[in-house]
Amino acid sequence: MDAIKRYVRSPAAVLGLVLLLGIIAMAISAGHVYPRDPLALAGRPLIWPFSNPRFLLGTDNSGRDIAAQIFYGARISLLIGGAATLIAIAIGILVGALAGFYGGWVDTVLMRITEAFQTLPNFVLLLVLVAVFGSTLTTVTIAVGVVSWPAPARLTRAEFLSLRNREFVQAGRTLGMKDAQLILGEILPNALPPVIVYASVVMAVAILLESALAFLRLSDPNVASWGNLIGLGRDVLRVQWYVSAIPGIAILVTVLAVSLVGQGLNDALNPRLRGR
Amino acid sequence: MTASPGAVPDAVLSIEGLSVRLPAGADRDRALADVSLSLAANEILCVVGESGSGKSIMANAIMRLLPDRVTIDSGRVMFEGRDLAAASPAEMRKLRGASIAMIFQEPMTALNPLRTIGDQIGEMLSVHTHLARGEINARVQALLADVHIPDPERAAKAYPHELSGGQRQRAMIAMALALDPKVLIADEPTTALDVTTQAQILKLIRELQQRRKTAVLFITHDFGVVAEIADRVVVMQHGVVVEQGPAQSILADPQHAYTRQLIAAVPPLTAPPPRALSDEIILDLSNVSKTYRSGGFLGRGARVTAAVKNVSLVLPRGATLGIVGESGSGKSTLARCIVRLIDPDSGSILLQGRDWAGLRRAELRRETRHIQMVFQDPFASLNPRRKAADLVAQGPIIHGTPRAQALADARDLFALVGLDPSAADRFPHEFSGGQRQRIGLARALALKPAVLIADEPVSALDVSVQAQVLKLLVDLRERLGLSIIFITHDLRVAAQICDRVVVMKDGMVVEHGATADVFGNPWHSYTKALLNSIPGGHFARGREGIPS
Amino acid sequence: MRILSLAGRRLAASIPTLVLILIGVFLLLQFAPGDTVDAMMAQMGGGDAATARELRRFYGLDLSVPAQLGNYLWRLIRLDLGFSSIYGKPVATVILERLPPTILLMTASLSFAFFFGLVFGVIAARQFNKWPDTLISTLGLIFYATPSFWFGLMAIVVFSIYLQWLPAGGFEDIGAVQSGVFRILDIARHLILPTLTLGLIFLAIYLRIMRASMLEVLNLDFVRTARAKGLDETRVVTRHVLRNAMLPMVTLIGLQAGTMLGGSVVVESVFSLPGLGRLAYESVIQRDLNTLLGIVFVSALLVIVVNFIVDLLYARLDPRISMEG
Repeated sequence: MDAIKRYVRSPAAVLGLVLLLGIIAMAISAGHVYPRDPLALAGRPLIWPFSNPRFLLGTDNSGRDIAAQIFYGARISLLIGGAATLIAIAIGILVGALAGFYGGWVDTVLMRITEAFQTLPNFVLLLVLVAVFGSTLTTVTIAVGVVSWPAPARLTRAEFLSLRNREFVQAGRTLGMKDAQLILGEILPNALPPVIVYASVVMAVAILLESALAFLRLSDPNVASWGNLIGLGRDVLRVQWYVSAIPGIAILVTVLAVSLVGQGLNDALNPRLRGR
Repeated sequence: MTASPGAVPDAVLSIEGLSVRLPAGADRDRALADVSLSLAANEILCVVGESGSGKSIMANAIMRLLPDRVTIDSGRVMFEGRDLAAASPAEMRKLRGASIAMIFQEPMTALNPLRTIGDQIGEMLSVHTHLARGEINARVQALLADVHIPDPERAAKAYPHELSGGQRQRAMIAMALALDPKVLIADEPTTALDVTTQAQILKLIRELQQRRKTAVLFITHDFGVVAEIADRVVVMQHGVVVEQGPAQSILADPQHAYTRQLIAAVPPLTAPPPRALSDEIILDLSNVSKTYRSGGFLGRGARVTAAVKNVSLVLPRGATLGIVGESGSGKSTLARCIVRLIDPDSGSILLQGRDWAGLRRAELRRETRHIQMVFQDPFASLNPRRKAADLVAQGPIIHGTPRAQALADARDLFALVGLDPSAADRFPHEFSGGQRQRIGLARALALKPAVLIADEPVSALDVSVQAQVLKLLVDLRERLGLSIIFITHDLRVAAQICDRVVVMKDGMVVEHGATADVFGNPWHSYTKALLNSIPGGHFARGREGIPS
Repeated sequence: MRILSLAGRRLAASIPTLVLILIGVFLLLQFAPGDTVDAMMAQMGGGDAATARELRRFYGLDLSVPAQLGNYLWRLIRLDLGFSSIYGKPVATVILERLPPTILLMTASLSFAFFFGLVFGVIAARQFNKWPDTLISTLGLIFYATPSFWFGLMAIVVFSIYLQWLPAGGFEDIGAVQSGVFRILDIARHLILPTLTLGLIFLAIYLRIMRASMLEVLNLDFVRTARAKGLDETRVVTRHVLRNAMLPMVTLIGLQAGTMLGGSVVVESVFSLPGLGRLAYESVIQRDLNTLLGIVFVSALLVIVVNFIVDLLYARLDPRISMEG
């Protein structure tokens, strides 16, 4: 409970939470506010924002409502970001826990694999995965998750390595606990907080990765995503730069919100006397 | 008040009514409340207190090196006619190192790991003087020779991690005395060192003090150290001076109740009269060895450390066997081999006559209830996310006791170890260090083991709390007929509670026997050196022990 | 010498990693729908099954997968990366042509991010919780959240379209043929916006790490010792804190090498730079899987080399490292 109190004491963390809730609200309410298909033609192309009350944020090259795409785009970003993060964290915790707890050859093998994933630039691997498996929403989500698991794995492993020799774990061993009980009951609950906090970083990166893919026209073209819109806006950058600018701001705000919430969680769960 | 209490003629440093405030949210309002004391020239003044007494804060306040939000509220610190509490940062910088120098507790972290020793000592000279490079180097060599560091030339070019703990502390002393300061503040400089090293450093400090006539403010928590080197003593508790005066009178006739408590808590070195021991051997170790290999590439260049070499010992039923040694002696490794947290490379361990070292994992898990362990660090030995009752009940539950029964038993154990049974629902961080050790003890006893291994169980506790926990162990030993292996580096503690004692050095047993024999009449040179190194040994020897 | 042998050992240990990557990606690419021959046929405008079979036999694509893998690894050792059907040149040649702009871009971005990250991190740490710190940390957070490609586009809008100070893309002016200093200056002009764009996120990261590292080191015991010796704050920072605080930054260079290379894919696409990143993108679009595999190899190699250099640097800075076996 004091964790919550500590959280709200930081104005940045509260701001992040408010922004994040706002974006989630946008995603949920998209169907109500803009009931029609966001990718359907809505009006004349390239109307400027704030010039037409029907299209608050204007329209894009094909005459689609930008505001509608922003609202529906929130769904895509949060969905892909969230799902990919879950995948990455799940794989990461599994690999990291086993490597950190057992050490020896298990650790060596798992770390080699982790190193392989980290040596190959993650975006290049993403490109390869997209080239092989295609660009549907599902494949992109899984691909982003697969590219992001090494960092949480290393973090979990580091936590496990340090906790494995902590005296309360040794005490558990002398009491006769089995390995599974030690990992799940004693070490994991203590190792989890930093990893959970790190999930916010993973999510921020996941959103940026997906939007970069969409910008390069390598993500799912049939959904209204912010990255897609930025890519579209590139063609009309000279005059109607707002087509690219607006969704970019949306991405910025979302990633900022996620980062602030993550930092707030970190400070709330690991209080230190002198602040960061 | 015309003169401050504790004022001394010709005081070099004089603290008058000093109060230091802590930031909001700390457990106390004041770190120091109206503290007054004086330091005369050419004397060693010991400031004694436990953790939280404010002694370190006082040292930092003198140097004006207090942490960010800790501030001097009122009072004066008079030095050479100036009030240091009101001095400007520039003035303080000129004084630090040149007129008042300080040495700290942890020599490893107190030195910059990325710069050589010679560099850091030389920095003291280059900041305060205008000497040339060559002259500075020569002075550094002279200083290192002064503090008796072996091979000063090589030491000057070495990095901190390349020297031993004792050598690092000597380097720090050399650095502090480089400019012949009037005052040397020593903040627990020997606490982190081995007993033998501690004795050497204390000797060095006294020698240098006498030679250079420096005034030394020596902070410690150990009254044994006080007995060893103090001229005068100041006793602090909770930020207040409770008693001060000449060392002789304080040690012989302490006035304040807290001082008496602190002195009484220093375990004396005379062993209690020997008890009758059983004939039955409950634990029998024979030629146990454990070697570590690290590093190396394809089997070459590996570093081999023999942590335990051919150790043999026996534990009679109901007896307490002490394993005594300094860091690196292998005693902790041996303890972990006995409990099978580590597997010994060779040798046999017989528990109640049965083979213990050779048990495989599954059977080991079942049989481990017969040997239990109490750990050293009260903060790390309890899972912070479990309630105390759960921690104690975990063992029996794993071995088949129904949960309700185990929890009820846990509460009984709480009462047995002197804790309030209703506190069993609290989390570890809500207990003090001494209370946590009691919980650890309860956890170990929950499985009703035949043998209890206590790995430095009181080393991390304050002196007064140590005595209480030791008394509890003695009490439980009587009631439950426990057979205990007690591991410690502190001979005084071993003398109080152990029937027999084994002395280890570099992984081997160098001497063993009944406590009274080993301590009263040691034959191995190392044992003799160890006994001679106990600070205030003469003081400890002249007192009574814990009634059993 | 010990440093060299230590880093050399780490380098040797990377070889299995490299092999693992290559095998992994090679096998992965087997799942790709359509192969090089399909892409070639599409380029040629169609063809019959017999031609397809001939082509497959020519390129060795009709062999079993393990055989193909063996072939590939064998050729790799001789540094033969295969042939790009799309560009009509050996893959190695194509990659070598595209390497310089990417290396230039990465070096420039890294230097920019490292230097300014260091400077601002130190300032923020020394002014902890005062307004310079809040400003720098906030900006850092915003830069971190900014999608690089979007920033690139906006930079183009501001600096190329409205202000017309800097070119909107390309590596150099193709029209004017320049040489010597003028050419260098021209390339530099073209690289300003891309460097800024790619470096921005890393600037934010280095800033945050440097600040945190400084704050941590400032709390360490030996800093207290330095102050107790009478050093003023500036000397404490420069002589004791800085070098110790920089160590995590140096490690970070190695860890971020891969991410930076990945980032160059997007930045080169935005600014139309003829670099390795954009080549990767084109290979994906054009299904030139040979080239893609070659790029994977070269990228991994680059990351390994960067890490090797970082290891050397770190061992030079931290004397404790040479001690460990």
